[in-house]
Amino acid sequence: MAPLWMYLAVAAALFSLGVFGVLARRNAVAILMSVELMLNAVNINLVAFWRYSETSTDLLLNGYAFTAFVLIVAAAEAAVGLAIIITVYRNRRSVIPEEAVALKG
Amino acid sequence: MELNAITIGFVVFTIFTLGGGFGVVTTRNLFQGTIWLMVSLFGVAGYFILLSAPFLAAVQILVYIGAIAILITFAVMLTRSVTRIKERYIRIVPSFIGSLLLFLILLFGVTVPIFGSHLPESAPQYVASTRDLGMALVDENGYVVPFLLASVLLTAAMIGAIFIARDEKAKGG
Repeated sequence: MAPLWMYLAVAAALFSLGVFGVLARRNAVAILMSVELMLNAVNINLVAFWRYSETSTDLLLNGYAFTAFVLIVAAAEAAVGLAIIITVYRNRRSVIPEEAVALKG
Repeated sequence: MELNAITIGFVVFTIFTLGGGFGVVTTRNLFQGTIWLMVSLFGVAGYFILLSAPFLAAVQILVYIGAIAILITFAVMLTRSVTRIKERYIRIVPSFIGSLLLFLILLFGVTVPIFGSHLPESAPQYVASTRDLGMALVDENGYVVPFLLASVLLTAAMIGAIFIARDEKAKGG
């Protein structure tokens, strides 16, 4: 099998791509897609550490189960986030986060 | 690291994951961006197979590619009609520099053993199965409380999403 650091390096690259997308993209849907990339990078890390840890002989399933919960929270986040984006679009005809400034002081 | 099926799979899934991610953050057409997102998520599912977590790979395909990516596709289609975004990026140079620095720091952290011990080169032979995960999810010494909380969270998120996205003018409040 590939050594652990290769999985971690790929996950780091995917996370950095997601960070770049969140910071630089203008469209809110693209930002949400970049957040999904970051969550997937975290999932790769969790499963890789779980697989390579010696404690998996004792049936410790922390990494495995936690990844499943991250998947659930990601599904909830995508649903609520897209609902907010569609509502903002309906009210303002815009999907650019910089233009949704109604709560700005 | 010898050339075998696992190595080839690792290389292929790396290309899928990082290439798809690159497509997501660079593509001009957001609809193509969702296709790239599906490619990237498929690569991550392949990693789960390589890491002997087949249940997570199946859930990744079903939930991420089957549900979340389709949901994002719907959002792209619903919001594209009057989209007047000329340029893809805002503050691209500081974002690029920042994410590149973050990547280099993370790469340094995972490849150079600063805190003494090296990362393991090979995984242990024994690995927990999907059956073990299922038993642990309903075990009172395991994860039954977070399991139930997750179901409550999903229900609350679905109700909240419907409530937020409801068209009040069309329905008359």
